[in-house]
Amino acid sequence: MTNRQLRIALRNCGSINPERIEEYIAGNGYLSLGKVVTGMEPKQAIQLLIDSGLRGRGGAGFPTGLKWLYAMNSEADQKYVVCNADEGDPGAFMDRSILEGDPHSVLEAMAIAGYCIGADKGYIYIRAEYPLAIRRLKIAISQAKESGLLGENIFSSGFSFDIDLKYGAGAFVCGEETALIHSMEGERGEPSLKPPFPAESGYLGMPTNVNNVETLANIPVIFEKGADWFSKIGTEKSKGTKVFALAGKVNNVGLIEVQMGTTLREVIFDIGGGIREGKKFKAVQTGGPSGGCLTEKHLDTPIDYENLVANGSMMGSGGMIVMDEDDCMVSIARFYLEFSVDESCGKCAPCRIGNKRLHELLDRICQGNGTDADLERLRNLGEVIKDTSLCGLGQSSPNPVLSTLDNFFEEFESHVRDKKCPAGVCRDLLEYFILEDNCVGCTACARACPVGAITGERKELHVVNTAICIKCGACMEKCKFDAVVLI
Amino acid sequence: MSSVKIELRKDQVEKIHAFCDQCGNEPGELINILHRTQEEFGYLPAEIQEVIADKLALPVAKVYGVVTFYSFFTMIPKGEFPISICTGTACYVRGAEKVLSEFKKLLDIQVGETSADGKFSLSCLRCVGACGLAPVVLVGDKTYGRIAPDDVKEILEEAGGARTRGQGD
Amino acid sequence: MKQIKLTIDNKTIEVPEGTTVYKTAKEMDIDIPVLCYMDLKDLNIENKPGGCRICSVEIEGRHNLAPSCSTYVSEGMVVRTNSMRVINARRTVMELILSDHPKDCLICPKSGTCDLQNMAIKLGIREIPGQEYAEVSTYRLDTSPSIIRNMDKCIMCRRCETMCNDFQTVGALHAVNRGFQAVVAPAFEMNLEHSPCTYCGQCVAVCPTGALTEVDHTPKVIQALSDPAKTVVVQTAPAVRAALGEEFGLKPGTRVTGKMVTALKNLGFDYVFDTDFAADLTIMEEGTEFLDRLTRHLKGDREVKLPILTSCCPGWVNFFEYHFPELKDIPSTARSPQQMFGSIAKSYFAEKIGVDRKEMVVVSVMPCLAKKYECQRDEFKVDGNPDVDYSISTRELAHLIKQANMDLVDMPDSEFDAPLGESTGAGVIFGATGGVIEAATRTAYEVHTGKELESVDFKQLRGMDGIRSASVDFDGLEIRIGIAHGLGNARKLLEEIKEGNSEYHAIEIMACPGGCIGGGGQPLHHGDSNILKARTKAIYEEDEEKTLRKSHENPYVIKLYEEFLDKPMSEKAHQLLHTHYFGRKKKVFEV
Repeated sequence: MTNRQLRIALRNCGSINPERIEEYIAGNGYLSLGKVVTGMEPKQAIQLLIDSGLRGRGGAGFPTGLKWLYAMNSEADQKYVVCNADEGDPGAFMDRSILEGDPHSVLEAMAIAGYCIGADKGYIYIRAEYPLAIRRLKIAISQAKESGLLGENIFSSGFSFDIDLKYGAGAFVCGEETALIHSMEGERGEPSLKPPFPAESGYLGMPTNVNNVETLANIPVIFEKGADWFSKIGTEKSKGTKVFALAGKVNNVGLIEVQMGTTLREVIFDIGGGIREGKKFKAVQTGGPSGGCLTEKHLDTPIDYENLVANGSMMGSGGMIVMDEDDCMVSIARFYLEFSVDESCGKCAPCRIGNKRLHELLDRICQGNGTDADLERLRNLGEVIKDTSLCGLGQSSPNPVLSTLDNFFEEFESHVRDKKCPAGVCRDLLEYFILEDNCVGCTACARACPVGAITGERKELHVVNTAICIKCGACMEKCKFDAVVLI
Repeated sequence: MSSVKIELRKDQVEKIHAFCDQCGNEPGELINILHRTQEEFGYLPAEIQEVIADKLALPVAKVYGVVTFYSFFTMIPKGEFPISICTGTACYVRGAEKVLSEFKKLLDIQVGETSADGKFSLSCLRCVGACGLAPVVLVGDKTYGRIAPDDVKEILEEAGGARTRGQGD
Repeated sequence: MKQIKLTIDNKTIEVPEGTTVYKTAKEMDIDIPVLCYMDLKDLNIENKPGGCRICSVEIEGRHNLAPSCSTYVSEGMVVRTNSMRVINARRTVMELILSDHPKDCLICPKSGTCDLQNMAIKLGIREIPGQEYAEVSTYRLDTSPSIIRNMDKCIMCRRCETMCNDFQTVGALHAVNRGFQAVVAPAFEMNLEHSPCTYCGQCVAVCPTGALTEVDHTPKVIQALSDPAKTVVVQTAPAVRAALGEEFGLKPGTRVTGKMVTALKNLGFDYVFDTDFAADLTIMEEGTEFLDRLTRHLKGDREVKLPILTSCCPGWVNFFEYHFPELKDIPSTARSPQQMFGSIAKSYFAEKIGVDRKEMVVVSVMPCLAKKYECQRDEFKVDGNPDVDYSISTRELAHLIKQANMDLVDMPDSEFDAPLGESTGAGVIFGATGGVIEAATRTAYEVHTGKELESVDFKQLRGMDGIRSASVDFDGLEIRIGIAHGLGNARKLLEEIKEGNSEYHAIEIMACPGGCIGGGGQPLHHGDSNILKARTKAIYEEDEEKTLRKSHENPYVIKLYEEFLDKPMSEKAHQLLHTHYFGRKKKVFEV
């Protein structure tokens, strides 16, 4: 592994027993909380966080310190700290790993946030699908309370802070903070317009600071080691590290944590060990279902918030899916759109209907029914959906389409003009063919064919009649000699 | 969302009331209450939603609006062996879709449905965080990794000796 | 308040802080199109989910377009409402909305008054790319006694949801499902009939498309009118005359009473009567009931229930039957004017003209959709024959008149027929919030004190505030009166009663904003609350012009008692003019 890997957010994962608070404390756990509540003014602590340059790890990358400052400046009798643990990106599971492996770092950070903004109550909004994380959080909360690190009068400072869990119920859009807050209130998780921002009017109408799990996991170390230490890691505008869930067609899959500014090449080839089965790298999708696909030409781009956006993708929560030459980018775009269609809340028209239409267009193209006009429509529709949607989901859902149009236009053209899928994925564009060299004339394929599309004498070459073939693939499954191919 | 008609017993209603009471009968706790109720009953039929709405003094339409918003909540009882196929991105690029269509074919049901004998139900979920094992299938609490369409029949047989389509009819 | 300076379409303006871009533009006569947005400012009803995105504008420095309905101005803001980027986006979003909407405008009940249709015209949409392979969402048609839900036409503006929940607190409708399947529906997507719906029709009144419309009874009326064997009698509610003109291009608030009577006679109704007559009758019964309860209360009778609640609004009756069944013996037992009229028409009047009640068809013209349900209730039938056969809305009457090639504007005035066409000013003001209780006060005062009122105008009972209270001096006895319009406001007063904290002797409740003038069957106000105010004004003007302004002075009402009913609250009156109520809520499993 290269020196680009650096574990800050994941520092304790795997190395301590998450069910024993003693082990967390032994690694300087809760030291930062003590330091802050007994020795720092909220303003001073927030300034430290601003100086560190930490930005939100959940998606858009808003400076965390500023977010706290806004919440601190909102005047109200009751404020809330919320941890967004509704990790919904398919292919990303860093939040779950942190909550399961190092729950106390999140609790400690929430308590620091509470002290800084003036809140005595925190909630963790967590996916109900994460039972182990829920169990460990419950243990951690009760241990922290027993140890006086949560609850009344923490470190005899007069500061009190308590944390409860709220459960998500399977709605990706609830990762958006206003939707998350509505869901916490027992409502449909529909986003609402900002402003007002949660920092002014959030949970139950009170000022609320929402941070993502990974963001929070960074905070205790920042207070322990200082803003200077943190701000020296990473690039000019993106400080620290980022956890990625590396998956797809690479040899080494799993969670990695790298310094901001690491290139995609380092991640995929050095850390990921290159593409599986010696195949050719084609694209990497970052930012989850609404991120974009980056290609060969982006491999040496240092990863940070700005660069990813400039290249049509985004940091998102850190999913990173690698694709090889066998992946059809039109199908990939369609796959992501299907996700967005499923997860659209339905509140605003562009996202509710627009994504559906985008998906239908991609479906047509994959089936060989697309036209040049459809390609133009794809782009216009994608841009309008981005431009007019209510929340981050709709504003980014066309990214997979737009970025593949930008980077793999010729693949779209093949589907539309030549009615071919170069990667050999889109079944409707493929035809079954029997290779003369491999066919032994065993008749297995002809017997398996449900529509009698295959003819041939015993021990002689068999032939597929493509006019009858329904492309069920039964012949290919039955052939023991790899004679049936799709081309 | 389709549903089944049931009649609740007195003790079942009391149980739901108890969940509501424990949450202070707060409308804001609706989602937590739905979670606990579904955990208890396995699903959330109309009758249960009516009891909850009544107890929390909420319109039933609102409770239904919340239930139908979240994919975790279901109004159909799951099968004895609930099958979930991960269709997260990592699993997708490694062929989850083919696995899913094999399940649909063998069970002769669509996603979100339960087989006629009540044995199997089919659902998709988004990433269980086991991307290294992609594609992943869950049967109840049991996880199967690196599944190919060919493995599907075996999984079903192992789970419950499924009578699959094409056999014996 | 702080003034904010900004530029919209190259013009600079200053507006108070907290103003939206949409409202600022409106002040500058820039008409930004909106679909989901609705602001009924006098009633504190605002719907701005920011869902349709039709009102999107470009704001310099922001990377996305912004919805002008819910974006607030800021200092130095530079807004473009008509850049090509905006126009392209608006058209594309409109095409998307239309791609999921049926194209049967020719036979749609909203055709011509549909906001979506008008927007498509304004934006010049000529084709919908990809329509041939676009999936269109379809739902089961839901027909109730009053309202038809055709959710294929729902555009998720959420106005109906706002009215049903925030304003009316009825909770029959809610957004359900997610994404492309999302729609507004009753629980379990059942029919409205099985929901807490009161048929107030406020959802219909605000629906921008043909998704929510009234059940059209005009074909049945035409059939009755063309049957020579039938004697067809029509009654018109007070609020109709203050709004019908709008359907013919007249200014809101133009009274068309005489023209309407002529039109109805031309249509072939055998007798054109006035619901106002029955309103006077209602006051006789309800007022007497009130005084009876009050007298017993003053004498220390603990059994007697006060406050008395008015009962002429069928939406309101449905509301308490469902939501407050435990209070069902508090409202007056007096039937609504529509039903009193029907009952008298098919007994007293039918006898008088020698027509069998089965050969008489009573049609009512109402500003209301709940009246359609009310006239079908079993309590208001004799041997299965309803006292009121068909209830049509103001909008339906307008269609009927137009179908008959008549233009209301050019009609001469005519008088209602006798005897059920005579009314006092007290009957007229039933159409506006506070009117029923004012009418009741005029009569109750004189009956109770035996003195004549110096002024019949009780201005303290009028107005647009959702909940109002006033005291009236009954010759030394202070009578405390509460008024609510909108069922959400009514709910507050009912909760007080339930908790035993109500300070009132009598309460008037109307389900709709502004009372009947804002009913679900009135010409659509398209979100303009000035229209409701103009109608209210018209109602009070008509009252002032009447020579008789107290119900107990209506000569035909007096005659009716002499000839037929004996006296208010008599046994016959009870049988014909009073009713009883039912708890409607399905009992959820009782423990």
